[in-house]
Amino acid sequence: MNEVTKKIKETAFKVREKINKKKKPEISIPIRALSNVNYDPKKGFFELKGGKKVRALTVNTIKSFAQTLKMMSLSKSIVESDDMATKREAYYVSKNWGEAGFKEQPESDAVMDDIEAMFMVNREQLGFLPEEKGGDIAGQLIVIDKDPTTGKEIKIDCTKFGSGAYSIPSSVEELKFETNAKFILAIETAGMFQRLVKHNYWKKTNSILISMGGVPTRACRRFIRRLADDKKIPVYVFTDGDPYGYMSIYRTLKVGSGNAAHINKFFCVPQARFLGVTPQDIADYKLPTHPLKDVDKKKIKDVIKNDPFVKQHKEWEKALQQMQKIGQRVEQQALAAHGLNHVIEKYLPDKLKDTKKFLP
Amino acid sequence: MQIKLSQDTEELNHALEQAKKQREISISEFFTKNRHLLGFDNPLKSLSTTIKEGVDNALDACEEANILPNVKVEIKQTTQDRFIVIIEDNGPGIVKQQIPKIFGKLLYGSKFHKLSQSRGQQGIGISAAALYSQLTTGKPIKIKSKIGKNKPAYYYELHLDTAKNEPEITKEVEISWEKEHGIRVEMEMEAKYQRGKRSVSEYIKYTAIANPHATLSLVEPDGTKQEYPRATTQLPVKPKEIKPHPDGIELGILINMLKSTDARTLQSFLTNEFSRVGSGTSKKICEGANLYPNSRPSRIAKQEADNLLNAMRKQKFIAPPTDCLSPISEELLKKSLKKEFDAEFYTAVTRPASVYRGNPFRIEAAIAYGGALEKDKPAEIIRFANRVPLQYQQAACSITKSVIRTKWKQYGLHQSNGNIPVGPMVITVHIASAWVPFTSESKEAIAHYPEIIKEIKLAVQECGRHLGKYLRRQHKEKDAAQKQSYLEKYVPIIGEALKEILPDTKPTIVSKNLKEVLEKSRK
Repeated sequence: MNEVTKKIKETAFKVREKINKKKKPEISIPIRALSNVNYDPKKGFFELKGGKKVRALTVNTIKSFAQTLKMMSLSKSIVESDDMATKREAYYVSKNWGEAGFKEQPESDAVMDDIEAMFMVNREQLGFLPEEKGGDIAGQLIVIDKDPTTGKEIKIDCTKFGSGAYSIPSSVEELKFETNAKFILAIETAGMFQRLVKHNYWKKTNSILISMGGVPTRACRRFIRRLADDKKIPVYVFTDGDPYGYMSIYRTLKVGSGNAAHINKFFCVPQARFLGVTPQDIADYKLPTHPLKDVDKKKIKDVIKNDPFVKQHKEWEKALQQMQKIGQRVEQQALAAHGLNHVIEKYLPDKLKDTKKFLP
Repeated sequence: MQIKLSQDTEELNHALEQAKKQREISISEFFTKNRHLLGFDNPLKSLSTTIKEGVDNALDACEEANILPNVKVEIKQTTQDRFIVIIEDNGPGIVKQQIPKIFGKLLYGSKFHKLSQSRGQQGIGISAAALYSQLTTGKPIKIKSKIGKNKPAYYYELHLDTAKNEPEITKEVEISWEKEHGIRVEMEMEAKYQRGKRSVSEYIKYTAIANPHATLSLVEPDGTKQEYPRATTQLPVKPKEIKPHPDGIELGILINMLKSTDARTLQSFLTNEFSRVGSGTSKKICEGANLYPNSRPSRIAKQEADNLLNAMRKQKFIAPPTDCLSPISEELLKKSLKKEFDAEFYTAVTRPASVYRGNPFRIEAAIAYGGALEKDKPAEIIRFANRVPLQYQQAACSITKSVIRTKWKQYGLHQSNGNIPVGPMVITVHIASAWVPFTSESKEAIAHYPEIIKEIKLAVQECGRHLGKYLRRQHKEKDAAQKQSYLEKYVPIIGEALKEILPDTKPTIVSKNLKEVLEKSRK
């Protein structure tokens, strides 16, 4: 029997036992927040501490309790029939649950997250898929996938997409790779990715370019992790120079997030290093800047005080303090101020000469 | 020299000119010019003041004669801005020779000279209305009166001579009237008719609430008829006339009393004309004022009266008697509110009598809550003084102040700081007193005496506590019902989900057990 269906049955059994002994059943779920994670650089990702919330079945919680059980039942039937459902589809299935149906999708997503955390698995294992796009790839890489109907292997050559790109699928667990690339460059914005693809940057440097399009999706993170582990290639990250680029994008890619702490083990890229744009680059490359917004200032204060990742890495603390002091942020595209291809001809080559200087 | 002479003549001429103008101003003349002091500031208010005065008089007269009042008010429109007002009662009527004076002379009445709880106090009201009618239309006031079954009825038409403050009879005839006794007054005046807040119809409705023993009716200009039948056939206990209490007396009044008393000695004056003054205290007062107890009251000079007053102030007196007050009663207040407001909860409180500045008073409060009353609006506050609704100057009144100062949140209502509580609620407060302290002559707001505010707050708070108790019970019942419906909805779904995951589940047993567990728990 599948691991997940076994866990679902065990939980349901315990609930039923309690009820039939005329006691209130309980479900306990790990607390998913930054306050409940540990960070050990040796392990390389945010790990849950022991904090759990126990949800007892009472009159007030009966609705979400019923919804959780129904969602577990749906997951079990999907996994048993070797099918899948997107998060949106699961939301529509709930419309058949009468009073327990969800009004909006965020409600069903939250219940799904709870079940994930409860069983310490990821939602793909529960049979649920996200709608989100995984990210785009161009460069020296061949992805080996399977034909969905015949099951035969297909080789996808990521050098053959011209000015386009290969899309990371939502489930990456079964993929295999062939490559001799020297590094992976994960890029925040689609605009910068386009510029590098257009000028065949990957060919010149024998690399793999990945467009994350903001905060990387789980599939994107898992893809980079598997590829980097498999082929032992370093991962460099290139984002805007602001707290969002540093913490929401880079930190999430590298060590995971508080909210998904139960699955960070799979969805982290501990070998990732930060290329830029750093606060120091602003001075070094004379880049035009914008003043920090109030939310940026708040975020810097908050992460210096509370984020276990920043607390572990003094280099990051210093960089953030430096940004706090100059009160300015900088975009990737600001490099264009010195000529459109300044980034290819000067900035990246300069940086790549000394990767030891990259932020951890 | 030439110049000086002409100056002298000019001054002389001036003085003569002035002397021609200087003469006694009659009361009627004074009020002609200052009619706003009596509530005749504008056409809208003049109409409501007229009706108020007429109805107050009718109710006072009926009660005094032990008659259950039937009062009819009718308003007819004659031109764009002119209306005829008719007020008819079944009271004892007025004897023939008094009729012209009561309706055609200002400050003529029976109530000013005695101290007891009554609606009107100065004897100005109805004749001021007649004066206003004459001023704006030139028409006479028309009166019908009959004092008994086998007595003739009389019909009068009167004008007021404003210079002399005397009535001028323009018509006087004996007529037949099918009524056993009563009065019918008719006058035409410049006015404006409106519905809603502070309207005549609101006044009649409120009056019905404070006077459950009266049957009232109103015919509006468009012919709409409103009827307020009485809620009880029991007349209110007649308030006793009382003598002034020494604590509240002022020098002017004391001097007047000294002049007009029948008592021969100062000592008997004090014991006879005041309440709560015995012969012992009376002697002590005389001693304190350095006056002989057997001196003639009318001979007391102004300076001596001052000493007398100071001596009185130094004495301690028992609180005044309270049988001069006639409250509406908790039961009848509730009954009245039930009749006029479609609510779901009613409560009323009558406080024991208390005293401010030597004047006894008694506070009553009542609340109607919920039902068809308007939600999400400030509570409606209905204020009564001696059973008369107060419709103007709500914000200046100590009743409103006391309601605002009460903390309504603790009774489960919404209230923002310094405001009237919000909710489907009517708050009624009645002050009964032989002398109600108004903030001004037009008798629209109660003055802020700490003793009065304290009593109002106590009454309102007690009503609030009753309401709070009721609301908490309501809440509990609603919660229980909600809990039950929640269980009905979701328990079967849990049974069904368990059956889907574990096919050997018996959903009915699970549901039954789960329901039992949850019903026991209070959360």
